[in-house]
Amino acid sequence: MDLITALTIFVLAVFVGFEIITKVPPTLHTPLMSGSNAISGITLVGALIAGEGIFGGFLAFLAIVFATLNVVGGFLVTHRMLEMFREKG
Amino acid sequence: MNQVIDQLLHNLVLAQELPVEQAGELAETLEVSTSSAGANLGYLIAAVLFIMGIKGMTHPRTAVRGNMLGALGMFIAVLVTLVSRDVSWSLIIVGIAVGTAGGTWLARTVEMTQMPQLVALFNGFGGIASVLVAGAELLKETPAENVVVAGIASGLTGLIGSVTFTGSLIAAGKLHELPQFKKPWSFDSQQIVCATLLVLALLLTWAMQDGTGIEYIFVVAISLVLGVLLVTPIGGADMPVVIALLNSYSGLAAAAAGFVIDNNVLIIAGSLVGASGLILCNIMCKAMNRSLPNVLFGKMEPGGDSASADEVYEGKIKSTSADEVAMLLDGVQRVVVVPGYGLAVAQAQHVVRELADLLEAEAVSVEYAIHPVAGRMPGHMNVLLAEADVPYDQLKEMDEINPTFAQCDVAIVIGANDVVNPVANTDPTSPIAGMPILNVHEARTVIMIKRSLSPGFAGIPNPLFAADNCLMLFGDGKQALVDLVAALKENQ
Repeated sequence: MDLITALTIFVLAVFVGFEIITKVPPTLHTPLMSGSNAISGITLVGALIAGEGIFGGFLAFLAIVFATLNVVGGFLVTHRMLEMFREKG
Repeated sequence: MNQVIDQLLHNLVLAQELPVEQAGELAETLEVSTSSAGANLGYLIAAVLFIMGIKGMTHPRTAVRGNMLGALGMFIAVLVTLVSRDVSWSLIIVGIAVGTAGGTWLARTVEMTQMPQLVALFNGFGGIASVLVAGAELLKETPAENVVVAGIASGLTGLIGSVTFTGSLIAAGKLHELPQFKKPWSFDSQQIVCATLLVLALLLTWAMQDGTGIEYIFVVAISLVLGVLLVTPIGGADMPVVIALLNSYSGLAAAAAGFVIDNNVLIIAGSLVGASGLILCNIMCKAMNRSLPNVLFGKMEPGGDSASADEVYEGKIKSTSADEVAMLLDGVQRVVVVPGYGLAVAQAQHVVRELADLLEAEAVSVEYAIHPVAGRMPGHMNVLLAEADVPYDQLKEMDEINPTFAQCDVAIVIGANDVVNPVANTDPTSPIAGMPILNVHEARTVIMIKRSLSPGFAGIPNPLFAADNCLMLFGDGKQALVDLVAALKENQ
């Protein structure tokens, strides 16, 4: 993938982000934040394929731990919050 | 896709010209390109699920499903990676097990009042993970396809990710009110030091296009320090802005890591989060009527000629008791509760709910007016009230409820001050001039539940306390509410 393609994807995704996120009501801003935070743990995908050599493997291992914490913790805690909103709806 | 097909055709043409011994090698190349096409398709599905997931967050009814779609997207992205690439399973299984156990424990045990520091902590984890990914990538022996892009992207990942990491840890410490972080800490010329460090980190990032990767360690070291120095001077009241900004950074770090490993799903997911954090940051700044640079680098100056507390309050404060308020609430039609952070600190959201139940049993309409900066992160107050089983359709935003305060019999303000200070609208020289406020002063009667007449974060007196229609109910927020509930029960 060349740089321009990657940049194009980046810029378009930012616009998509702005479009949908401005529609999120303030009531849900905290879950939005923790949920999108979990999505930023996507760097896990990079961590899974990063290890090479002993030191590289060590760094990749740490990256996997941190990214998984981010992903699993983020989605679960968001779910916990959203359940509280749903029951009363 | 076209590229992949082109490559396949190209390989096929080559195959006819190749001797037999190279056919095996070619077959491998073919397999790699088909599997990477399959993987990219999987990543595309994941990216679409992320977008649909965030879209689900636009309504409480669809939000749970939205979050699940996001999690499904993540699952697919991970699965696709594991299937399509040659990975070292033992490391991955242990790493994911440790991360899952830790993440589950944190998510299950956290109190809703502690949500801001947990989100800050997760932000930091995401940031450092991106830093480690870029670091591990640089250690690989096979050079990246485009050394210049990969080098600069690695530098940026290191810079943004490291600032996110230490900045988030400091922010989490402040939000958790650890004694070490209680006071904003700064030294003279801190901003100059920060600017110098930033320029240095950017120069080193630029130098990384040589592809050696040695500069990376310095970029990371400098940025870790920078993250600390940027957040330590910022006061607790401004933390909502800071965590929103760091949320954005953690996304940008992931996007930058996507440029390093040439992966679309990282770029898309990262930029979505980057945009989300920026929007929330902007909303918070507007609600405080301050610019982002002012929050990050400025200090709130007390207004020069604003009236002193004595002048404003002298002889005009009317103190009341729980019994009096209970009598006052007898026979009213509409009550608006204005919760501030004091309510969360006192863990009083459940008592508020009890009070509302009692009133609703008497056919009184009860609503909650939520200022955007109530609580310690965007939307925090809504979560706290939802935890206390308050239906979300009773939570009203500022713009929605402000025109209706004139039709409100009693407004009960709990632990809020600056966000109901009418000076913001009347005195252009005040430090909070222009800050959007809740117009509680228009209600027929205002009950302020507060410990004392002490000022809020802005450090200015609030003329509302001295207004004719305002009664002060002094005391601890929770205790005052408990007394009020008891008095109401007695009256019934």
